[in-house]
Amino acid sequence: MATTTEQPSVTIRIPTPLRSYTNNQSIVEVNGATVQAALTDLIDTYPALKPHLYHDNGDLRSFVNIYVGDEDIRYLEGPQTALEEDTEVSIVPSIAGG
Amino acid sequence: MMTTDPILDQIREHGEATYPEECCGFLLGTAGDENHVTALHQVPNRQEDQRTHRYTITPADYRTADAKASARGLDIVGIYHSHPDHPARPSETDLAEATFPGYTYVIVSVMEGTATDLTAWSLAPDRSTFHEQPVTVEAPRPST
Repeated sequence: MATTTEQPSVTIRIPTPLRSYTNNQSIVEVNGATVQAALTDLIDTYPALKPHLYHDNGDLRSFVNIYVGDEDIRYLEGPQTALEEDTEVSIVPSIAGG
Repeated sequence: MMTTDPILDQIREHGEATYPEECCGFLLGTAGDENHVTALHQVPNRQEDQRTHRYTITPADYRTADAKASARGLDIVGIYHSHPDHPARPSETDLAEATFPGYTYVIVSVMEGTATDLTAWSLAPDRSTFHEQPVTVEAPRPST
């Protein structure tokens, strides 16, 4: 019997200017057992987001921070941080200039 | 962007107050083809050094600003910062560090401690350059 792996359903909060790429949704529901899987599902659904979140080499842009709840994933398990059902993931920019 | 003179004056005053260092903060309001800025959220320049020509806003500052904006029914629609003794045009660093198209980036020039030009910009969708936006000033809402 074939088995299917249920991926938890989580939400991703989208910064205001990126909502033009997500049908004006501020919160997008995706599936993923890890942050990386959830972001991949987001990009698969809204591919126009990709160049604003990722470099051409596939790395997240340095100003793009991903939070799971109130925690920056850099202080968790990075992109491999596990997600549970109904977790809120946020895309949070750090901003700099000269 | 569309805003009011008191908002623009608050940006100028912030730039003068932190001179010769750069000031920074968020533009709050309603997003659209023309972002409508109705409030500001000042943040400290978190850059550790070179604050006369660099600014940094942390993710924590963004999250605080976003929560305050949401509580008022507003969104973060842009960022402002000052250019002490430099023109109100995006620098190479501004372009290299730019975040998302759709944000309004306001720059106020502060020359010898006095705010002069104030301009607004948006990152091109292909991230290659900034385009200047018109700054439309509306009459402030009468206080009741």
